[in-house]
Amino acid sequence: MVERRPWLSFLSHAVLIIGVLIVAFPVYITFVASTHTAQAIVQAPMPLLPGDRMMQNYSAVLTGAERGPGSGAPVAQMMWVSLVSALVISVGKIAISLLSAFAIVYFRFPFRMFFFWAIFVTLMLPVEVRIFPTYKVVSDLGMLNSYAGLTIPLIASATATFLFRQFFMTVPDELVEAARVDGAGPMRFFKDVLLPLSSTSIAALFVIQFIYGWNQYLWPLLVTTDENMYPVVIGIKRMISGGDSAQQWNLVMATAMLAMIPPALVVMLMQKWFVKGLVDTEK
Amino acid sequence: MATEKRVVFRSGWLPWALLAPQVAVIGVFFFWPAAQALLQSIQQQDAFGTSTEWVGLDNFRALMNDSSYLGSFKTTAVFSLLVAVIGLAVSLMLAVFADRVIKGALAYKTLLIWPYAVAPAVAGVLWLFMFAPSIGVVSFWLRAAGFEWNHLLNGNHAMALVVMAAVWKQISYNFLFFLAGLQSIPKSLIEAAAIDGASPWRRFWTIVFPLLSPTTFFLLVINIVYAFLDTFGIIDASTEGGPGKETTVLVYKLYYDGFKALDLGGSAAQSVVLMVILITLTVVQFRYIERRVNY
Repeated sequence: MVERRPWLSFLSHAVLIIGVLIVAFPVYITFVASTHTAQAIVQAPMPLLPGDRMMQNYSAVLTGAERGPGSGAPVAQMMWVSLVSALVISVGKIAISLLSAFAIVYFRFPFRMFFFWAIFVTLMLPVEVRIFPTYKVVSDLGMLNSYAGLTIPLIASATATFLFRQFFMTVPDELVEAARVDGAGPMRFFKDVLLPLSSTSIAALFVIQFIYGWNQYLWPLLVTTDENMYPVVIGIKRMISGGDSAQQWNLVMATAMLAMIPPALVVMLMQKWFVKGLVDTEK
Repeated sequence: MATEKRVVFRSGWLPWALLAPQVAVIGVFFFWPAAQALLQSIQQQDAFGTSTEWVGLDNFRALMNDSSYLGSFKTTAVFSLLVAVIGLAVSLMLAVFADRVIKGALAYKTLLIWPYAVAPAVAGVLWLFMFAPSIGVVSFWLRAAGFEWNHLLNGNHAMALVVMAAVWKQISYNFLFFLAGLQSIPKSLIEAAAIDGASPWRRFWTIVFPLLSPTTFFLLVINIVYAFLDTFGIIDASTEGGPGKETTVLVYKLYYDGFKALDLGGSAAQSVVLMVILITLTVVQFRYIERRVNY
């Protein structure tokens, strides 16, 4: 702060608090709705304080006990699908990107720049703009309704490769020389020197990719038709496919809370890496 | 591009083996489908896939004469502009105030960044629930205040709903970048202006805002790309492109024409148009980033 201006400090706090409240309001309403009976919510206006049905609602959706008009698959199963997909996407992307960035930075071979640019192009075109042909490839390979179909096409992007390439370029050459003098081969150098040095970049990227994988929507909407392979985000959409008031909104909102909690926890608990990941991946 | 490593390893086969997984994945799931999209955009196929004929640029010509496609372009432009401008304005204001406070700065930051983690489709459901004409709590308040809200009938209401949901989700991202930008402005400049008697308001517009312009421009591009692509979930979960076609953005139309209406050629042509737009935006972004490095 440059100078004391009490009214301005007051204004700052007031604006920030109002901002935080507005940002939190939709989630508060969701939480409240998830703790009432379906009838209580449909009577407008819905209550604004939490009710007493929290345990019943959450256990009902987790086990799929109460079948709604739309989908009634257990949300526990959906969350498991989301978790596995998010982990496979983030770990898979990081693994193949580390290897290819290592090859591009530390070796000289024919067509090196060709591969570099081929990977670079994938940065520009996310799966949304080429959904139909990608869908066709996946269905021809028989990968619909499988974890492979849910994850591998989303791994095909180069953000991570570029991030690691940038990082490897900043690693001092002396380390390679020292490793070679000591008789270490390339893979030994990769495992014992490069990987430990990259650990913060890996953590940052993991946070971003985990959220990306967990929140996928368009792609799973196409490749999963079997209830048991729905990620939780798709499950919510399937639950509300009827009209306004025919829904068991309390159960929909309980599912929405469950879908939000894991990625929100990852962001808040790993805040430092999350911020680093955001800044790095956009460079 | 950048400089090269001075010291490298020598091996005939190892680099190929290291590249193999990535090349296999992008080959099968990126280049092959992208090539298919290009190919299909100049073909016409019937809905059962039994016959295919070459039609040259007919699909594109049909698109350019299709009023619903041009309408979707306009919808997308309005939507992206609203999301980008409102999102940037709100987050800039929050970031400026967060940069000022000393007590509780970290708490505010933590409480403002988490919407990034909410899936677009979930965000759509949350806002839909608040504004649902019959049961939503906000629509109830609006009605009590004498404003009849119904996004199922009124296209402007539907657009407002998806814009609010999209902005809400993007605030955290913009906020973080604006805050980082503000914190990198040298304090001495602000202090010098303060000593010369410039008010905080004046300091913001003559010093802070111009120095922040690289960040603002960067965020503008990112937000437009976000509004183009990542908002599919929001729209599908809340308005499904309706009422009529009022919130059918390009990606939604591409999905709808390809998977619901089974117009493969038209859908592929739309893919190609979107690819061109995205490549243009990416090039703009990269050129600008090169400038920023020198700056």
